[in-house]
Amino acid sequence: MKPSRFEYFAPESLAEAVALRDAHPGAAVLAGGQSLLPIMNFRLGRPEQVIDLRKASELAFVRVQNDVVEVGAMTRQRDLERDEGAARANPLIAESLRLVAHAVIRNRGTVGGSIAHADPAAELPALLSCLDGSVEVAGVRGRRRISAGELFVFHLTTSLEPNEVITSVSFPALEPSWGWSFLEVTRRHGDFALAGVCAALKLDGDRCVGQVRLAACGIGTTPVRLSTAEEALLSRPLTEKALREAGRAAAGYVTAGDETQASTAYRRQLVEALVRRSLLRAAARLERRTS
Amino acid sequence: MTGVETSEAVEAEQKTSLRVVVNGTAYERVVPVRRLLSDFLRHDLGLTGTHVGCEHGVCGCCTVLVDGRATRSCLTLACQVDGLSLTTIEGVKSADGGLHPVQQALSDCHGLQCGYCTPGFVISILEVLNSPDELDLSEEGVREMISGNLCRCTGYQGIVDAVRQAAVAMGRDGDAGKGAPA
Ligand SMILES: Cc1cc2nc3c(=O)[nH]c(=O)nc-3n(C[C@H](O)[C@H](O)[C@H](O)COP(=O)(O)OP(=O)(O)OC[C@H]3O[C@@H](n4cnc5c(N)ncnc54)[C@H](O)[C@@H]3O)c2cc1C
Ligand code: FES
Ligand code: FES
Repeated sequence: MKPSRFEYFAPESLAEAVALRDAHPGAAVLAGGQSLLPIMNFRLGRPEQVIDLRKASELAFVRVQNDVVEVGAMTRQRDLERDEGAARANPLIAESLRLVAHAVIRNRGTVGGSIAHADPAAELPALLSCLDGSVEVAGVRGRRRISAGELFVFHLTTSLEPNEVITSVSFPALEPSWGWSFLEVTRRHGDFALAGVCAALKLDGDRCVGQVRLAACGIGTTPVRLSTAEEALLSRPLTEKALREAGRAAAGYVTAGDETQASTAYRRQLVEALVRRSLLRAAARLERRTS
Repeated sequence: MTGVETSEAVEAEQKTSLRVVVNGTAYERVVPVRRLLSDFLRHDLGLTGTHVGCEHGVCGCCTVLVDGRATRSCLTLACQVDGLSLTTIEGVKSADGGLHPVQQALSDCHGLQCGYCTPGFVISILEVLNSPDELDLSEEGVREMISGNLCRCTGYQGIVDAVRQAAVAMGRDGDAGKGAPA
């Protein structure tokens, strides 16, 4: 199948893109096209206009500043994965990216596109939720910042206004005192995850959990922050009992219904196991980073 | 009309003029803006070595190099590569004009049968073996490397062997067996 007819714009600046977006409510923004073009090829979407951001070069950058890795929306996923500054500031970013599709898809897919697409099974939205990151968006009335917690509303739906464009995605840095891990279960390498768990962990002097962040993908209508699992771990050592309780608490967040790929009960088991494995991996890395 | 949505909301087919360099040859063509790069290569330039399987990014047989980076041509509009330089399977050869080491290895190791998937595999493998990234030539690492391409004939073992042979031929086997960084 092929895309239906559309009018094509390739604005040279963000300002021009925003004006076009405002003028054409039926338009689709084209970033890497790795989610939008399949939708258009199968005519599940038939935008009347396509606004291609490829010439807005101001939207492709990686900046590490003030404990934040700020990534321009048009930065290719593969470029961020290879960025040494970003890797030093937050190794969890590259670990998450390596789970996104295949290298060939990441060559074109963008960071802003993945966040804007808001697939509940996608890794970057879960990472952004885990780290309490945020996005900057631009509209005709100016710019504003939206936190991860307020951005993801539903399956493929964000709280962006129809005339707004994401300009950058900010991932807080992880100091060396944090351990990290992103693990997932897929049917085939590169597939969307049946379930995935992203973890960042800090232990205090008594090897008890000082701070912990957990988020999951693939289990609901948005990426899900596993807050009660985090609470179950605070101020406790990572004993079997603590891991089990955290896993059970996390499994309670699964709302995805029974599907041919996985039943709800199976996803609960996956999340429980992934929380446990991710926490242990994060703790093991912490040991290596600090010893 | 009986409530069926037509795609004629946009009445006129918008066209655009496009300049690209493909396999070293410069082309200029006027094409509809909705032309996929895969169709542009096959229909407008007659380069039918780039195959089309799924048109949603899954099978990998439409993969070409855009400015050296492996790209799904079915998930790229032709107008998105205006001004860029492409390599398709027709442009892949060794220095003396014979088979490229990746092609030779696929032939030697029985890495193809019907050949439908082969152009995509060649391009994807080529990008990895030419990239500065650290290689993982363990069985698992190679399977991951080629996981973005589907083959319905060979069962992959011959392709895995071919990647390793090609890596040796291209001097990339120094990395053999190294796992991905922990
Ligand atoms: C075979 C295959 C496997 C995949 N597997 C995975 C996977 O395992 N995990 C995963 O996370 N992803 C996966 N993806 C999706 C991939 O990561 C996409 O690149 C990503 O979801 C979208 O990024 P894009 O730049 O390609 O955006 P596009 O496809 O160009 O756009 C996606 C959507 O976001 C909107 N949009 C894009 N940029 C902006 C912006 N700056 N502001 C506002 N709206 C914007 C578009 O209008 C569109 O609605 C897969 C894709 C394929 C084809
Ligand atoms: S035709 Fe492009 S990936 Fe299948
Ligand atoms: S050789 Fe037939 S699909 Fe791969």
